[in-house]
Amino acid sequence: MTSKPLKQIHLAAHFPGVNNTTVWSDPRAGSHIEFSSFAHFARTAERARFDFLFLAEGLRLREQGGKIYDLDVVGRPDTFTVLAALAAVTEHLGLTGTINSTFNEPYEVARQFAGLDHLSGGRAAWNVVTSWDAFTGENFRRGGFLPQQERYSRAKEFLATANELFDSWHGDEIVADQANGVFLRDAKAGAFAHTGQHFDIHGQFNVPRSPQGRPVIFQAGDSEEGREFAASSADAVFSRHATLEAGQAFYTDVKNRLAKYGRRHDQLLILPAASFALADTDAEAEELAREVRRQQVSGATALKHLEFVWNRDLSSYDPEGPLPDIDPDVSDNHISKGRAQVRMYRDPLATAREWRELAAANNWSIRDLVINTGNRQTFVGSPATIARTINDYVQADTADGFILVPHITPTGLDDFAYKVVPLLQERGVFRTEYEGPTLRHHLGLAHPDAVDDRVAS
Amino acid sequence: MSTTPRTPLHLAVALDGTGWHPASWREQVARPRDLFTAGYWADLVAEAERGLLDFVTFEDGLALQSSSYGELDGRTDQVRGRLDAVLTAARIAPLTRHIGLVPTVIATHTEPFHISKAIATLDYVSTGRAGLRVQISARPHEAGHFGRRVFPPIDLNELRSPAGQERLTDLFDEAADHVEVVRRLWDSWEDDAEIRDAATGRFIDRDKLHYIDFQGKHFSVKGPSITPRPPQGQPLVTALAHQTVPYRLLARQADVGYVTPQDAAHARAIVAEIRAEQEAAGRAGEPLHVFGDLVVFVDDEQAAAEDRRARLDALAGEPYTSDARIFAGTPAQLADLLQEVSEEGLSGFRLRPAVAGHDLPAITRGLVPELQRRGVFRTAYEADTLRGLLGLARPANRYAAV
Repeated sequence: MTSKPLKQIHLAAHFPGVNNTTVWSDPRAGSHIEFSSFAHFARTAERARFDFLFLAEGLRLREQGGKIYDLDVVGRPDTFTVLAALAAVTEHLGLTGTINSTFNEPYEVARQFAGLDHLSGGRAAWNVVTSWDAFTGENFRRGGFLPQQERYSRAKEFLATANELFDSWHGDEIVADQANGVFLRDAKAGAFAHTGQHFDIHGQFNVPRSPQGRPVIFQAGDSEEGREFAASSADAVFSRHATLEAGQAFYTDVKNRLAKYGRRHDQLLILPAASFALADTDAEAEELAREVRRQQVSGATALKHLEFVWNRDLSSYDPEGPLPDIDPDVSDNHISKGRAQVRMYRDPLATAREWRELAAANNWSIRDLVINTGNRQTFVGSPATIARTINDYVQADTADGFILVPHITPTGLDDFAYKVVPLLQERGVFRTEYEGPTLRHHLGLAHPDAVDDRVAS
Repeated sequence: MSTTPRTPLHLAVALDGTGWHPASWREQVARPRDLFTAGYWADLVAEAERGLLDFVTFEDGLALQSSSYGELDGRTDQVRGRLDAVLTAARIAPLTRHIGLVPTVIATHTEPFHISKAIATLDYVSTGRAGLRVQISARPHEAGHFGRRVFPPIDLNELRSPAGQERLTDLFDEAADHVEVVRRLWDSWEDDAEIRDAATGRFIDRDKLHYIDFQGKHFSVKGPSITPRPPQGQPLVTALAHQTVPYRLLARQADVGYVTPQDAAHARAIVAEIRAEQEAAGRAGEPLHVFGDLVVFVDDEQAAAEDRRARLDALAGEPYTSDARIFAGTPAQLADLLQEVSEEGLSGFRLRPAVAGHDLPAITRGLVPELQRRGVFRTAYEADTLRGLLGLARPANRYAAV
């Protein structure tokens, strides 16, 4: 009996930025805005033969208690512009950008992604995210009109419309016959007409078909609707379930949804975000992980984190003291604005009760509680331990690979790239050279034309 | 004989496809198959930088190019299709060191919030060499690509009527608001807002971040930007203008305006009108460069340039006309013309190469050395930023407490 062949691992690099896992106070922490930081990070990822670089997005500065949140890294550059510039300093690395479907229009976004795909020689990917948030909408013409329940229907229609635009050129229209004066084969190149609930647009798309046909599509939401959206329309899922059990459950659930859309298991990759603490020995890594957690959760940060649940100003509490004895405010008007994680706490009363019990049982202060219940590093250990763990997780269908989120900008990926990746390569589960030029090659995804052909035949 | 020091000229080049003549793509040097690759644009901008030009502009549009202003022409014998100008400029930025990069943005259909952070980021990736060229679109078919507004058909003559002028005024007012929002967002972070104060745990001093609270007819924007203030503080804002309504946009919002004088007297009249509008807008003392736009065919012999123009016209099936004056001649003749017209108050020119692959090198290797011999063009880049090249100071932040 032959054993199951080893799965190949996919690895991506998430540029550390606006979140409370980024340790900006470390003396090694550099700029999160200067292009040299992005270039260093991208080149490191490419030298390690990573599949792609990932950029998150946020279109309004976070607020808490009506004031701009000032404890985490604040500020980020424009996604498309950074990715286009990174295409100049890399050759193979995929370039994945998070772009919101609520505060953009399909014609413009399709133009930008098709352009990025041309300018990078086929390395563009789009993480489609949704929003309905009137708070963020205050920065845009469209404002905050979108009812919450429509955000996925707009996102689905947005993506379908963008695909119609990508597909409006077939790839053979540009003849550029200088002798005979024929530039275009077909005067109707790029013709499209879309009428739907959210978009009623028509005309001709003005970007010829790009190297990948369409950018690779990522989806990041975790709700029931988000999972269906991913199963029907995405090439990869950026999930937050990086632990063994939760990851396997998510993996099985989403992959099992593919069949009803006529898709195979290998047509959707599951790539959770994962952080890590890497040191020479496992013991040193454990110590490093504890130290990083303390840096990530200052007393002030711990209080603010509790405010997500309590929905009250807790600034008068001592972070080194016991949890607040008052109950959370469960009104709709939330103290925290522009922060997606807040939705993780859907039942604040239950969370508060659970946290009080945990703190009492362990004799934890507010800060201890946040340190011990918050996002712990997904992978902690020596290079050998981390390589083994990542491989075990992937072979056990926890994921198809990971999107690594270092905690230092921009050098936080260096040790992983130079110490862990070679061990994965030795095991034969990670590439030593890029197999092809495009991101679709790296991810093992078919070119959309090939998919269409298979469906048609 | 007096030796009055000659005023140095500024020179920009407008990049559009294979060049501005519609038959330019049929020239051997044109590389029409490479138009959608980064290498094509990188080569052109490298050539412009070798010639020490101040900046290049990248044309753009939200529809296929057309020989007819208000609608698509269905033609297949000219270049059609183009890449987003901001992305193209960003792709080139890390490959260049000195030259300014000025992509076109269409104010009518884009979000000023997105444009502001995109150009700020272009300024970061180019370390201080970014600008934008703001443009409106009155075209019904472009509006149809967005589905948010319906524009009536355009007749260029009708646009000159009072009703047409009113329509244009509304679009240019919207563009002025767009730029105002973009500029306020660039200032919405004070330069020293990032403090990384480990003692208090604060990454930024939020008192140095500002809501812009813009309210206008077409949009309102809260702010602040998500992107910190860019290296130049305010990247360069530029626009092309042909008549009073767009001159007002220059007067209100631009750092550089491109105009289309047919001769020196025309240039004098245009500059006078723009300066008057600047005064009316309360910006009389502020620097505003006025550049003349010219389409150029440049060859070592005048006859060669004229023959080339005639040959391309024949290929196109009609004589090429333009909003700008069309020049065909030698580098020395072009230098004479630039010097003559600039004396009427222009500080520079934006040249539109008729054939990018031919006329751009003719500018950098023919015209530039000629201007250098005459002592009116730089012999080395003298500044690290685009503002610096144009002699413009880094502006103070409007929100910073004095």
